[in-house]
Amino acid sequence: MPDSPDDSVPLLAARGLAVVRQGEPIFGPLDLELRAGEVLLVEGGNGSGKTTLLRVLAGLLAPSHGQILRAGIESEDLLAPVGFLSHATGLRADLSPLEQLDFFACLYGVRPGIAAMAALHSVGLAGFEQMPVRRLSAGQRKRCALAALLHTANHLWLLDEPYANLDRDGQILVDRLLEGHIARGGAALITSHGLIEPQLSRVRRMRLELADA
Amino acid sequence: MRKGSVLSAFFGVIRRDALSLWRRRADALNPIWFAAIVITLFPLALGPEAAKLARIAGGVIWVIVLLASLLSLDALFRADLEEGSLDVMLTSAQPLAVLAGAKILLHWIATGLPLLAITPLAATALGLSPRALPVLLTSLALGTPIISVIGACAAALTAGLRRAGMLLSLIVLPLVVPVLIFGAGAVEASLTGASTTQPLLLLAAGLAAAISLGPLVCAAALRLGNH
Repeated sequence: MPDSPDDSVPLLAARGLAVVRQGEPIFGPLDLELRAGEVLLVEGGNGSGKTTLLRVLAGLLAPSHGQILRAGIESEDLLAPVGFLSHATGLRADLSPLEQLDFFACLYGVRPGIAAMAALHSVGLAGFEQMPVRRLSAGQRKRCALAALLHTANHLWLLDEPYANLDRDGQILVDRLLEGHIARGGAALITSHGLIEPQLSRVRRMRLELADA
Repeated sequence: MRKGSVLSAFFGVIRRDALSLWRRRADALNPIWFAAIVITLFPLALGPEAAKLARIAGGVIWVIVLLASLLSLDALFRADLEEGSLDVMLTSAQPLAVLAGAKILLHWIATGLPLLAITPLAATALGLSPRALPVLLTSLALGTPIISVIGACAAALTAGLRRAGMLLSLIVLPLVVPVLIFGAGAVEASLTGASTTQPLLLLAAGLAAAISLGPLVCAAALRLGNH
């Protein structure tokens, strides 16, 4: 990518990050750094605060303590977009995958060189481009959301359980997308409850324990 | 990295919501049917005495339009919150006020505009004097966008709550009382021959304030609800 960010500055960094809800610590304090070309895998059991951590890093939740830096700049107001994938895939039930990708592209901008149709084909949704999302299975919806990530222009991906709901082929697909993303100079933080082992060349692990455990 | 422009984000939201509205057009028309049915209830309840109906027609139409506008508000941000596309909008780093503005505009086009379109018919059915009709239409054209803006702010606040419909009405109705007073007041003034300029100008001022401040308030309410 011509406008790849400087490698010396982490795309995402957090210092002393902690979330406390009604006096109960959810996670932290923790530090993390994510540089271009890296995948950071956050592992932890159900309820260990993985989703909360991801929402905080995406700027959707305010942390109780600590600070978040995006490309070295403290992100109070979310100046840079991030590719965000959660259990709620962000897809509208009445729209087709092609229309969904169009919507994502309007918001995030398009990654040069990958057309919406090609992105849908590469995630295995050929033949489903015009079908309303309500008629797709949970796995196909996940694939559609992955196609949106591929189609849009984001350096930083925050993916909550990207392997959930996917079949074996789908899990290989996620690995392939992640490999392609970091090869282009992107970075990704993904969470997993530990059942599925990502098959990636460069992956760092971080274990997230329940704060009071 | 290149980011989608604000303008493309604005029209992206409009296009997506318009598409999903169109695919559910039977639902989208419910407020209009509601208004049409309630209007026919008045002659049935009050008797077909033309003079009596004509006397209250302006106020009746205003109240019905107000209530019908509330019906579609509940769903305004619910889908965005439940399906996670609010997260998409927030993580896209686009100004949320602009995206909220797009949603408000579409709410008015889908609800306010059709209500405005059936108003001449309703006015005829209730026997409103033809010389009051232009004032009624003007007051509704100025007032219904204000209702959409105030309603959207309340809908953003209550989007995360289950069965927020009733609460939404309780929040919105007191806030739109001034709109109703000036709107129905303008129609009343045109019937009695008084000047309609003042109430209409006040409505126009309210509309200017609502358009400029509403999306910002709505965006703040959405952030608050999402946290």
